[in-house]
Amino acid sequence: MSIILNIKIGYFLAWRQIRRANIWTTGLIVFIMVLTFLNLVVVSGILVGLIEGSIAAHHEQFTGDVILSNLDNKQYIEGSPNIISIIKNIPEVAFVTSRFSTGAVLEANYETKKDTDKANTASAQLIGINPSAEDAVTGLASHMLEGQYLVPTDYDKVLVGSFLLAQYLSFDSPDLTSLKDVYVGTKIRIKINGITREVTVKGILKSKVDNISRGLYMVDSQAKDVIGRQDGNVAQIAVKLKPGADPLKVKQTLLLAGVDKSAKVQTYIDAQPKFLKDIIATFAMLGNFLSSIGLVVSSITIFIVIFINALTRRKFIGILKGIGINGQAIEISYIFQSVFYAISGSAIGLVLVYLALVPLFKSHPIDFPFSDGILVAPLSGTLIRMGLLIFATIVAGYIPARMIVRKNTLDSILGRN
Amino acid sequence: MIETKQLTKSFTDGDKTTHVLKGIDFKAEQGEFIAIMGRSGAGKSTLLYQMSLLDDPTSGEIIIDGKHAHNMQSEEKTEFRLKKCGYVFQDYALLPELTTLENVVLPLLMSGSARSGEAREHMEKAEAYTRAKNALAKVKLAHRLNNLPSQLSGGEQQRVSIARAIANHPIILFADEPTANLDNESSAIVMEIFQELHKEGQTIIMVTHEEQYAKLAQKIVKIDDGKVISNIKN
Repeated sequence: MSIILNIKIGYFLAWRQIRRANIWTTGLIVFIMVLTFLNLVVVSGILVGLIEGSIAAHHEQFTGDVILSNLDNKQYIEGSPNIISIIKNIPEVAFVTSRFSTGAVLEANYETKKDTDKANTASAQLIGINPSAEDAVTGLASHMLEGQYLVPTDYDKVLVGSFLLAQYLSFDSPDLTSLKDVYVGTKIRIKINGITREVTVKGILKSKVDNISRGLYMVDSQAKDVIGRQDGNVAQIAVKLKPGADPLKVKQTLLLAGVDKSAKVQTYIDAQPKFLKDIIATFAMLGNFLSSIGLVVSSITIFIVIFINALTRRKFIGILKGIGINGQAIEISYIFQSVFYAISGSAIGLVLVYLALVPLFKSHPIDFPFSDGILVAPLSGTLIRMGLLIFATIVAGYIPARMIVRKNTLDSILGRN
Repeated sequence: MIETKQLTKSFTDGDKTTHVLKGIDFKAEQGEFIAIMGRSGAGKSTLLYQMSLLDDPTSGEIIIDGKHAHNMQSEEKTEFRLKKCGYVFQDYALLPELTTLENVVLPLLMSGSARSGEAREHMEKAEAYTRAKNALAKVKLAHRLNNLPSQLSGGEQQRVSIARAIANHPIILFADEPTANLDNESSAIVMEIFQELHKEGQTIIMVTHEEQYAKLAQKIVKIDDGKVISNIKN
């Protein structure tokens, strides 16, 4: 008997068995396969998505597509105005923002403090920005939680990151100092290198990017005075490219222009914190491990389903063999049924993932403390998982079918053990 | 056509061995209609299972159409059953998810293409369906082609079973108590079909415990305690 003939007979039997099976039973099996598929794709996708969300936020809200920062042994980028000019002449560049940056100590409630009280202070990074340029690159204005965004004429006004304020800090950590009773309109002191300046809180920023949520923003013209730098040299330059432009190509252009002699030039990928990269690798591994468990569970499920199906149909399998149907054709019919369940479940799962879950998570990310979790499900990876599921299902369907088909024909017909 | 020599069959359960067939010598010529009778437990069904290659004898020989069938491997027996034998089971043994026509055409599809090769597949498929329809017409079920077994009466299901058995033009038709589950009217119809087939030259070996139907056969072989006790021509 040719294998092709057995496949055709197997298909003949499988299709009719599926078509005339109890619709609820078929529906339940397909439902299990859908859940298995979702388990394979969504669990790891969310785990990776948590970090991807954090990386995307870091990219969009802080680094831009390319970021230049001071060399490790310098406090600022030497020749910043010249470098900014070079950047602006690159055709792919859409917007540029430059930032002054220095460490500062903030103090609140100093007017009501008694001599015996501990000062209410918090450490922060003071960032001087051009408000409109910063907003064009990072959309900073969209992260206002309270109050108003900065304008270039703001004098002695600051935006405070929400993690610097006790009322927005949902956790209590000895490493994180925060200011109590500070709201929009409250006056606070900034201390930098022994210089103290009193400023008013104009607004409160909220973001899951630490640099923003623990940052203190001030208009750059003011920040220069506070920091004491009048040469125009900044600590960071963030660049947003036109849609479709390659950050790596822009980085190469800057390196060719010799910018790396006075600044560290990084694409947003280079600038990702290393711990995020490590977490991605760990979460991907964890996701794969959980997916593997899901795959084993689904294989066992299909094994049980096919085994019970074949066992209850043992008499008919015996009759098929009795009237001369090749055992291989009968086994193939069960493989076709398994493949049907796996493909149906995966197809429904694919539709759910790409038409429902991915858009849903995109519009309603999971609110984690450090990121807005999205569902990461690259099609290639999803198809590989689908292939694995189908393969596991084929094996899980074939084994019980073979076990039953190999039994003595007459014993099967008569139901003897 | 078919012959058994010193055929034995024993079943072992733990230490206990039951000898069901104790050296059966049986012979059926081409075109013969033989009824095998005997009381319950005499071994008549067991003999039919051995002759129809559904089971393996403990010892002895089975020669069908000149071939020593008892020596065949399992796959070879399956193919032999497909191409040379037809079966009518006591409980009809139809596949519940297949329609009447599909039940009958299935063995034809299996054997038709296998005989002719893939190049003639489409013609064979059409031919298989034609032969299946003809077989169903022969048992007067041409109007029930698309019904599922559950939509047929017991007598109709048995006639489908007969159609399936004869569609492939087997050299021997085996029937295991084909009227046991039927009422008198349906039984009479089934036996009429068997007689017509016999008239057309079909070799039939039928196990029955009903004397009235056994009398319709050419020969009655009586079995008791695993041995042939009489072999009478009607």
